[in-house]
Amino acid sequence: MQFFPFVVVAWIVAAGLYGMVTSRHLVHQIVCLIVVQSSTYVLLLGVGYKRGAAAPYFSDIPVHTPAVDPVVQALALTDVVVEAAVTALLLAFAIQAHKRFGTLDPHELVQFKG
Amino acid sequence: MTPAVRRWVFLAGMAGLAAFYLWGLTGLPGFGNYPGPYGDIINRIAVAQTKATGVVSAVNFEYRGFDTLGEEFILFTAAIGTATVLRRLRGERERAARDEAMDRNVPPVSDAVRMVSLLLVGPTLLVGWYLASHAQTSPSGGFQGGVVLATSFILIYLAGEFLVFRRIGPVDVTDAVGAVGAGGFAALGVSAVAMGLPYLSNFLPLGSTPGAVSSSGTIALISFFVGIEVAAAFVLIVSELLDQTLFVRRESR
Repeated sequence: MQFFPFVVVAWIVAAGLYGMVTSRHLVHQIVCLIVVQSSTYVLLLGVGYKRGAAAPYFSDIPVHTPAVDPVVQALALTDVVVEAAVTALLLAFAIQAHKRFGTLDPHELVQFKG
Repeated sequence: MTPAVRRWVFLAGMAGLAAFYLWGLTGLPGFGNYPGPYGDIINRIAVAQTKATGVVSAVNFEYRGFDTLGEEFILFTAAIGTATVLRRLRGERERAARDEAMDRNVPPVSDAVRMVSLLLVGPTLLVGWYLASHAQTSPSGGFQGGVVLATSFILIYLAGEFLVFRRIGPVDVTDAVGAVGAGGFAALGVSAVAMGLPYLSNFLPLGSTPGAVSSSGTIALISFFVGIEVAAAFVLIVSELLDQTLFVRRESR
């Protein structure tokens, strides 16, 4: 059980990549990319976790209480917001691809040239 | 490459990756045995050094403030990119959406949805504002607060008031607010340089009580700028995507 969270990370990456490779729809492929990306949250929080430690907020606990790593939490936090904005950009590309080529199937899209 | 070949190539690659990954795991300290030292050091010194009790915010807006500036500009660029990609192309014009299948039975937005959405606008705005302006004290900050602030605008759309949504969040205004947010963060860094300090130094008085709203100097201010930037970026993205659905149509042939 000691490595279980990191195995979960690998599983999320594998499931998302499998979806991206076999996808027949651009929006589905973008969602699979989000799945791959979300593995980073599990990884970051798993790396920083310390057994029995508190959250790194010292407003109502003494300053020297053992707390989990705040650095990885800060990384995960910006990660979430940036991911949402980048997803919107990818979806905008998907909209324009559909307007231009009339399809969202990646296998058909590779035959077109911009 | 046929889909079947593609799948086999992928599975072979994944098998190799999995083998290396599992091998690598055996060399890691197990889950829960945090090896440190960075998190422990920051937890020990951050409160005394910055007077912020929210150490995650202190890390985000102080210790790695320069990285966060870069991340904020990724967000900014993604929002601008979305607006650019979705601009009106040749052969497109705006017109109000018309149902293509006129006999379709589309239920109007129910009064319950409209009512609840409108009732939630105020409280959501308040929570977003609170989150964006209390990064130094509690689990909050500009990124979370900005998303909640943007949600309150989107609730107005959900209440069926798209034109109101557009009027209170026109693209020019959201662009300007976003620019103020992103530029304000960068400008705070430059102000420190103007005072002869390194870029993004915390040059404001830190206050004496850790965790007070007025404490932590530039951490609170940067978080607030990030909050309005994130809110503006998300309102811009959502209104661009809604424009596509509701207004932009290919020129009828």
